[in-house]
Amino acid sequence: MNKIIESIKNLSIGFNSQKGKKISILRNVSTNIKKGETVGIVGESGSGKSTLALAMMGYIKQGLFPLKGECLFKSEDLLKMSSRQLEKIRGRKIAMIPQNAGQALTPNLKIGYQIDEALRLHTDLNKTERDKKISELLNKVRLPSPETMAFRYPHELSGGQQQRVAVAMALAGKPDLLLLDEPTTGLDVTTQAHVLELLRFIAKDTGTSMIYVSHDLGAIAQVSDRIVVMYAGEIVLEGPARKILKEPIHPYTYGLLKSIPKLSLAGLPASMPGSQPQPGSISEGCSFYDRCNLATDHCKKNSPDLEYIKELDTNVRCFNHKELINQNNNLQTSITKKSNNSEAIEVLKLKDVSISYAKQKFFDQLLNKISDQNPTVKDINIDIKKGETIALVGESGSGKSTILKSIAGLLKTKDGQIKFENDRILSSDLKMRNPNDLRAIQLIFQNPDESLNPNHTVEQILSQPLKLYFNLSGEELKKNIIDLLKKVRLGEFYMSRYPRQLSGGEKQRVAVARAFAAKPDIILCDEVTSALDVSVQAAVLNLLQQLKEDLGTTYVFVSHDLAVVRAISDRVAVLYQGRLCEIGPSQNVYKFPSHPYTEVLLGAVLEPDPDIKPKLVAEDIVEEKPPEKGCSFQGRCPRKIGDICNTEVPPWQIGENGNAIRCHINIDELANSQQ
Amino acid sequence: MLLLILKRIGLGLITLFIVSLITFVGVEVLPGDACTTYLEREAYGAALDACIKRLGLDVPAYERYLDWASNVARGDFGYSLSGEMPINEVLGPRVKNSLVLASVSILIGIPLAIVLGIITALWRDKLPDIMISTITIFSMTIPEFISATLLILIVAIWLGWLPGIVIIPSDATFYELLSNIILPVVAISMIMTAHMARMVRSSVIQVMASDYVQMAILKGVPYWKMVFRHVLPNALLPAINVVALTIAWLLGGVVVTEVVFNYPGLGRLVIESISNRDLPVVQALAIILASIYVGINLIADLMTLMLNPRLKSLQIRK
Repeated sequence: MNKIIESIKNLSIGFNSQKGKKISILRNVSTNIKKGETVGIVGESGSGKSTLALAMMGYIKQGLFPLKGECLFKSEDLLKMSSRQLEKIRGRKIAMIPQNAGQALTPNLKIGYQIDEALRLHTDLNKTERDKKISELLNKVRLPSPETMAFRYPHELSGGQQQRVAVAMALAGKPDLLLLDEPTTGLDVTTQAHVLELLRFIAKDTGTSMIYVSHDLGAIAQVSDRIVVMYAGEIVLEGPARKILKEPIHPYTYGLLKSIPKLSLAGLPASMPGSQPQPGSISEGCSFYDRCNLATDHCKKNSPDLEYIKELDTNVRCFNHKELINQNNNLQTSITKKSNNSEAIEVLKLKDVSISYAKQKFFDQLLNKISDQNPTVKDINIDIKKGETIALVGESGSGKSTILKSIAGLLKTKDGQIKFENDRILSSDLKMRNPNDLRAIQLIFQNPDESLNPNHTVEQILSQPLKLYFNLSGEELKKNIIDLLKKVRLGEFYMSRYPRQLSGGEKQRVAVARAFAAKPDIILCDEVTSALDVSVQAAVLNLLQQLKEDLGTTYVFVSHDLAVVRAISDRVAVLYQGRLCEIGPSQNVYKFPSHPYTEVLLGAVLEPDPDIKPKLVAEDIVEEKPPEKGCSFQGRCPRKIGDICNTEVPPWQIGENGNAIRCHINIDELANSQQ
Repeated sequence: MLLLILKRIGLGLITLFIVSLITFVGVEVLPGDACTTYLEREAYGAALDACIKRLGLDVPAYERYLDWASNVARGDFGYSLSGEMPINEVLGPRVKNSLVLASVSILIGIPLAIVLGIITALWRDKLPDIMISTITIFSMTIPEFISATLLILIVAIWLGWLPGIVIIPSDATFYELLSNIILPVVAISMIMTAHMARMVRSSVIQVMASDYVQMAILKGVPYWKMVFRHVLPNALLPAINVVALTIAWLLGGVVVTEVVFNYPGLGRLVIESISNRDLPVVQALAIILASIYVGINLIADLMTLMLNPRLKSLQIRK
């Protein structure tokens, strides 16, 4: 069992900078992969974890090259092999499961062909045997109707199905080592939990070693025997999964674990200051020095080596790790939010809102109406109070972003009204809204890379709303911009920077500042933290909360991440297929009784704790369209009681905690069965 | 799918109708008419009246348009003024000549462009790419009247290998044409190939950087197999539309090249009939060129639909 199958020795990988200097993005990495073991490699973006994983297959991305060290697979150095030799190993001995299977499957080739290709290259089976094997593999990864699946093109499958095909393809060559590069990132929570479950099963079933690369400690915790934590191209902590997650003795890992929002905890996670250093910027000392609260002068001058701690069977790269051994009991802390003293004034009301993406028929276009019996979003009734944070939660296709766009006026509603301040109806057409209403509702987008104009400096970006809404100019404009930057904790010198010169977190801060520049009453946040690293996410969440407490802004917060929603929101609305399932104060929505869909979602959340396993209660089928009648969740509901679910829209029931659930099952019965 | 084809054909016909209207109106609003240009200084009195009557210019414009349009629909473009012969007879040999020139250029140019594009992409920033790219950019930037003139100077005058201009009647046979068209073909191919090779190059480079190519490498697919199965089908799809536009451009008459080489194709006919004020021929040419563009683009779109599984099933799903 303890045979080492791949061994990385002092590996450094780097690139030549424009000045001709060698800059390493992977520094002196050494680790061993044993047979049958699953190793999790965790780190934030830029930590070098993907580079390391690809090097384990002897693949170095274009522009990079190995500086020193070796990747020994069964005592042969992959980095010295010819491409002919590598072709014999890749797919046969070491196989890869890519991050985004949707993009990693060749679009013009059928699923069956792509699996067959791997079989032809790596096995001696003949045509009929291969066909049988393809069905077998598709069956093994639990894809429905494997016989017809082989004749489909990649784009005809859902994200979860594509990921399963990638797994099947990797298994085709019966590899000894499986490399998984963020295999569940980008999938819905329930799908993610199912794919992870499948991977765990395969590891056990085939005895394959796995290397699981991810930024998500929750996913890593579920599959790994051993965890390697990377920071700025170095291994900073390495040891058994349980020890790393429960007793992290490196300050970075410690901070990372604290910055993850958890389902069991209300309140905001603690954030880590600063961001990861750029490759090449560290000349001496510990790479974590700038962000470390244990750092001493010694750390500034000397870089620590990996030190083996016998009691914990752990390697750690820190001079002061002993100080953390006793601190660990307060790993479960969080910053409590100031409860919002909302004066219960309703600032925004959605009344019977329906939205349809159906194409208008010719006559409807003339009459300017939409006739669609089964709109994407239907019957949304939400009253939003001043100063509260209301979250819309659901998987992709739940209509949460659609509702947000309608509030912003970017998407016309089919039916219903959006009322703003004292029951004034807001037109669903952006052009018909008056400038003050436009100012009052601002939007922050998911990806700051796309929402900030790359050709504008931060000053130009922030001056636009100020000029547009308040006609500011000259000194006053500049003063306001500096104030805004101060609010989002960025210094004055950021004014002349371009978005590309900022880190992900800084960019999102600028986007937040731009929204606040309009002095809005309501800010619509569309997955604002999902493109950010965990430690940065915590900082942005804290910033949003601080700004809200200071300025009394109302947030409508859209997210697929239940833990993040738990951390920031006062009230939660759960959506499935564009219909409301449950709505209530957040501490109650996360308690039972819950709508069966909320139950499924909560069960699938991955916590960074090897002792909390996800509960998989519903199938992860993807529904293309909401059902025409009855309950929206009828297709997947594990608690479906019968025909009534298919024919009648369930009634609203109010629980004793004040959360409203839309289900045919009596709320008390629901409470009993969910205990 | 069938519905889509019919829809596109319908749209194409509407485009042609609009083109015919515009050319007709354009000709109408020009000062003077066919008779004044034809008769020139004698355009007065009885001669003018007779001419107007003979050409039927005394009936209202819309009637003449309907009359002309219905004839065109039946394939009859009427009579040319300068030669007083049926336009179909004027056009016939010209269309054939342009077709010959275009198809030879296409047969040589397009495969060459694709091969060069692939080579430059696969050996990106290496010697073959640097050499080929320099040449293609060079031949792209030189205007065709200069490159054509230089070709004549070097090959025809200094070396004396080939005739400098095409001195054959417009109804010459295919074989007579062939020896004469080498220089025009080279001149055309230089620009056309350069443009398309650049296009193919960037398209292949883009696909080579995609996740699915990296995946294919990590799956252990041998290099050339990967290039042919995973890269080229995806990289050449967007090239189809560019190829179509190039073909349409070639068939529509490469005016400058034809004039420089004195080649009797459609392009030169355009120039000739415009300078002769031969308005019926101009009208006929406008319609023909427009239908070539519409037709070829239609074929290209359908091919893209057919070859791209993504678009195909999108159509089926609707």
